Amino acid sequence: MIRVVIAKPGLDGHDRGAKIIARALRDAGMEVIYTGLHQTPDQIVETALQEDADAVGISILSGAHMTLVPRILEGLKAQGLGDVLVVVGGTIPEDDAAELRELGVAAVFTPGAHTSEIVEFLRDKCAPVA
Amino acid sequence: MSLRDTTDQSLEGWREAYAATPERKGELFSTLSGLESEPLTTPEMVDVDYDRDLGYPGQFPFTRGVYPSMYRGRLWTMRQFAGFGTAEETNERFRYLLEHGQTGLSTAFDMPTLMGYDSDHERSLGEVGREGVAVDSLEDMQTLFNGIPLGEVSTSMTINSPAAILLAFYACVGERQGVSRDKLRGTIQTDILKEYIAQKEFIFPPEPSMRLVTDMVEWCATEMPLWHPISISGYHIREAGSTAAQELAFTLADGFTYVEWALERGLDIDDFAPRLSFFFNAHLDFFEEIGKYRAARRIWARELRDRYGARDPKSLLMRFHTQTAGVSLTAQQPEVNIVRTAIEALAAVLGGTQSLHTNSYDEALALPTEDAVRIALRTQQVIAHETGVVNQIDPLGGSYYVEHMTNEMERQAYAYFDQIEKLGGVVEAIKQNFFQREIADAAFRYQAEVEQQQRIVVGVNRYQLEDDTAPAILKIDPALEDKQIARVKELKARRDNAAVESALAELKRGAASDTNLMPLIVDAARVDVTMGEMCDAFREVWGIWRETPTF
Repeated sequence: MIRVVIAKPGLDGHDRGAKIIARALRDAGMEVIYTGLHQTPDQIVETALQEDADAVGISILSGAHMTLVPRILEGLKAQGLGDVLVVVGGTIPEDDAAELRELGVAAVFTPGAHTSEIVEFLRDKCAPVA
Repeated sequence: MSLRDTTDQSLEGWREAYAATPERKGELFSTLSGLESEPLTTPEMVDVDYDRDLGYPGQFPFTRGVYPSMYRGRLWTMRQFAGFGTAEETNERFRYLLEHGQTGLSTAFDMPTLMGYDSDHERSLGEVGREGVAVDSLEDMQTLFNGIPLGEVSTSMTINSPAAILLAFYACVGERQGVSRDKLRGTIQTDILKEYIAQKEFIFPPEPSMRLVTDMVEWCATEMPLWHPISISGYHIREAGSTAAQELAFTLADGFTYVEWALERGLDIDDFAPRLSFFFNAHLDFFEEIGKYRAARRIWARELRDRYGARDPKSLLMRFHTQTAGVSLTAQQPEVNIVRTAIEALAAVLGGTQSLHTNSYDEALALPTEDAVRIALRTQQVIAHETGVVNQIDPLGGSYYVEHMTNEMERQAYAYFDQIEKLGGVVEAIKQNFFQREIADAAFRYQAEVEQQQRIVVGVNRYQLEDDTAPAILKIDPALEDKQIARVKELKARRDNAAVESALAELKRGAASDTNLMPLIVDAARVDVTMGEMCDAFREVWGIWRETPTF
């Protein structure tokens, strides 16, 4: 079973998207761990480690994505979790999204994204190696 | 067609004819909130007693409006929410808006300020000035309102957990401009209950937070009598995904809770109720929204009079600000958002709002550019000056459907009041995650309907463009964060730190007792204690709040 941590870094409390995605992934048969709000990058890395996550979905709408997402990526690498799939969702301008993908984010989902699109993406990328 | 058919005026005849015509396939006929509706509302479906349920504008139960003349006397206040970067940038935006005909100011603070962290706090990194303006100190507040005479404008400040501190800053800026507190006009949001319910910008646990709110209500009643100390807000509840009825019910329930705390404090209802104001969302389902506003006025007036014993007619008036629904904006084909916003704004006006913020079309992408904000403001001006809707008070009153919708909103609100009561009231229901669950369920249902194409969102799940290019967006200069951090550090080094320590000690003593904290906060502001330091003092005494994550 694919294990996904849905994480809310930063100070904003916009959790509608995170909760909808968490439910959609659970309904699609994944094991979902939702961190709750106001997580620091370290806390998110720690959760990914503890929960043996296949993927981390970062939901952020505070505009601080260019500060916080790279820290989470670095933290994961430092813990030997460089192979954990990282996806980001939120109000992310295309320039920033491109930069995040360059840094190692597998996909950036912006407003209007279909939950089934996200489910398919995770299934595809986290499929167990035969 | 027979001759008999042309003379048939019966409801049964219409029903038969309707049933014989196929309905459109695939799409839902229910409202955006999922409320099933008949294809036609007929007179016998609407239970309205004119005097009991509608009345005349400015008369109980105020369904048709809170003022006798409504927009024929004065238009609503056009109040665009603004804030980004440091106080200097936002001060410039404020002046731009005033020059373009805006009639009131509305301040958006950045996330660190909303969450009670100074700009130099490690948790603030990357967030300073991003979603609003950073205000750490009285000095920042002075810069924010530089050259704007506080005796002449009305100002709205959107802040909740640290509201008492920002209110003290504002009062002190007035004082330094030579404007006494009792002349200051405006609103501060302060609505902490909806933070636990929906927006989640909470710091302290509910009880001390409610005590701080009540301190503000008590202090404003004597010190700042023209000020609205709370703006009881459904906006964020709706943005979090609630239905219209949930927005209405939860907001009113929050309102009753503030009233009960103030009464418990020993205040007279008529000493504070006239200064309570409200803030609603304007979403796309036109008639549902209008029914919501009309029901809100009627319920508030009735409950204030009959349940809380208000005698001053001003205590019964629900005056509200409205903002169009940010959640309805799409990142796809963003220009279409101008149309959505115009329709939503029209609903707010037909619903009798006292002030209005129209969203800018680029807000699903970033904070708005100046051009986008100007179009949003112009949208209000078109409604006000070109459509003629302002010349008739409550023009939809008496419409079978609108009256039915008003009744239906009211019925659903009372059903929720009963549920909340059974859970032990709003604070208990928050602790049991009741609201959070109800809202998440509604949000999920809506998303599923969109994904199954049962609801069409233009440009998102139909009428998409192959080449959907994004417009130029506002970029916040990252250097502003460093500038603000340097500024607060410099202040902390320069001020009289002995005075700061003693003010903080007083604040902690006050927080641990049951004295009104407002005078102590004002004292601390005057000696340049920062917002974050005051919040830390309260954190030390009261602890912090964490919600149990659920989805």
